[in-house]
Amino acid sequence: MRGRRTVILGLGGVAGATAYMLGLGWWQSRSREGAGPALLPLPVAEMAFSLTDHRGNRVTPADWVGQPTLAFFGFTWCPDVCPTTLSDISLWLDELGADADRLNVVFITVDPERDTGPVLSDYLASFDPRITGIAGPVAEVERAVAGFRARFEKVPRDGGDYTMNHTAGVFLFDADGRFASIIDYHEDRRFALPKIRRVLG
Amino acid sequence: MKALAFSAILTLTASASFACETVTLGDLTIQNAWSRATIGAGRPGVLYLEITNNGGTDDALVGIATPAAGMPMLHETVVSDGVASMPHAMAVPVPAGQTVALAPGGYHGMLMDLTAALKEGETFPVTLMFQAAGEVTVTVDVLSMRAEGPDCADAGQ
Repeated sequence: MRGRRTVILGLGGVAGATAYMLGLGWWQSRSREGAGPALLPLPVAEMAFSLTDHRGNRVTPADWVGQPTLAFFGFTWCPDVCPTTLSDISLWLDELGADADRLNVVFITVDPERDTGPVLSDYLASFDPRITGIAGPVAEVERAVAGFRARFEKVPRDGGDYTMNHTAGVFLFDADGRFASIIDYHEDRRFALPKIRRVLG
Repeated sequence: MKALAFSAILTLTASASFACETVTLGDLTIQNAWSRATIGAGRPGVLYLEITNNGGTDDALVGIATPAAGMPMLHETVVSDGVASMPHAMAVPVPAGQTVALAPGGYHGMLMDLTAALKEGETFPVTLMFQAAGEVTVTVDVLSMRAEGPDCADAGQ
């Protein structure tokens, strides 16, 4: 965070904002190519998946309609992007205070083979308790990822180990479940809070 | 929640002395070496630091070694098409007159096969291997998993 902020401030706010807009445009145009006519994440109500949260409750898209949602894909073996983003999310929730209690904040693992409910529980203990970990069968995670128009990929490493490539943006949906915006991984973190406040209404 | 955040700040301040130490190797200065606590030793750890090249000749960080991990490597987080991946970096360029950061979201050390879990408040040594300047060992502070970096600006005053 410190490093990214230094780099971005070095470029200047205007350049940062421009880079962000270019970045988002690029993301959108790329996902347009990749996902055919579907440009953006589906409204939550049109998604289809059945997963389980780290407290053992079943989670379906219908459970998310009626409150704004902030969602991030990742995995607990991830050393850089995931702890950094969960740390950022925790800071944002701190800053939003009690307002953020109305936000459905979910961390959906793309590595459910290793990230079971208890593993997610251990991992999330380091972050804001309002973050809910979500796991389930790979096929159901794939259905969720497809609804978000996101992607993930298992990448083998030497010795039978593996890592995951995954969509790194933070997705925001309003209380009606309509997709609102993405907080891109490399965008200036100062843009994040206004975006979240917008879905909080 | 508040108490948790507060204790995290205390820990940062308490451990800032190591991470904020500047280590010199020829024209290079290295500082802000930190890592995040891990759950167990099965997951990879991470290494972040800053290198300033005060000289007139380009250099490069070409390798890292540490007793804390069986397979430490340099990696770079690349976000392409919205998707994050972490390719192996053969070298991290340290151009003359510039500061290069191994920082969240960019270049970082990936510490695979940890010999033990990295615990908040502990330190471990990492030897940095540079193409031109040679080798130097720095002390790395293990901060909380939630940490965003050592708070050297305040601690140094």
